[in-house]
Amino acid sequence: MSFQSQLCRVRGLGSAKNGTHHWWMQRVTAVALIPLCLWFAIAMIKMTGASHGDAVAWVQAPFNAIMLLLLIGATFYHMQLGLQVVIEDYVQSEGAKVVLLMAQKLASFALAVAAGFAVLKIAFGG
Amino acid sequence: MSTNERPLSPHLQIYRWQWTMAGSILHRATGVGLAVGTLLLVGWLLAMAEGPDRYAAYQGFIDHWFGRLLLFGWTWALFYHLCNGIRHLIWDTGSGLGLNVAAASGYAAAAASIILSVIAWVAAYSTMGAI
Repeated sequence: MSFQSQLCRVRGLGSAKNGTHHWWMQRVTAVALIPLCLWFAIAMIKMTGASHGDAVAWVQAPFNAIMLLLLIGATFYHMQLGLQVVIEDYVQSEGAKVVLLMAQKLASFALAVAAGFAVLKIAFGG
Repeated sequence: MSTNERPLSPHLQIYRWQWTMAGSILHRATGVGLAVGTLLLVGWLLAMAEGPDRYAAYQGFIDHWFGRLLLFGWTWALFYHLCNGIRHLIWDTGSGLGLNVAAASGYAAAAASIILSVIAWVAAYSTMGAI
């Protein structure tokens, strides 16, 4: 028999309080990154050796700016989820683990904001 | 009995090294490598936003052999993580988990990552007119 309350079973959440959310979001961002990465790789090949003016014009095209923002969002979300698991698996000391988990979360978010801001600044007229 | 004296289950070094193990740890290693590699992407976008001078400085870094090495490593890591990630997504559906299939798809992912990297760099150099 289960010692969980009915409400607890319905919610499907364990002691971590978020159920399969981490696992699921890693898959959602992974699926998003398949077309985004292929688009980005092809775009970068075409942009090889591009001048500053050419690169700015490319980012300013609405489709490219939107795709870049989506790529940035999915990349840093996925990266944050992945690094979290690596730290949880390998860092034994509880103190170092908390510090590293917080640092990687803050760094991932800061990098995403920096990249997103750069895209918007260029797209809205540098 | 203190925690440290408890018997441990057999760990990595006890097992014969297999391709699927190598592929698994490579997925993690390339993931961490790509996380560091995002600095190249952020640097590129910020340099572009700063203006032509910073952009030229950034291109100077990428044109240097060390920058090229980083970029080449990043290209392969991206394609490996992408191909092996698709393998993981297929496993999530419950298929492709048999020993032979898993080994074969592991080889396929590694081969595809190398082929895609070579294609990408040949295409990039020909864009520059270097080939």
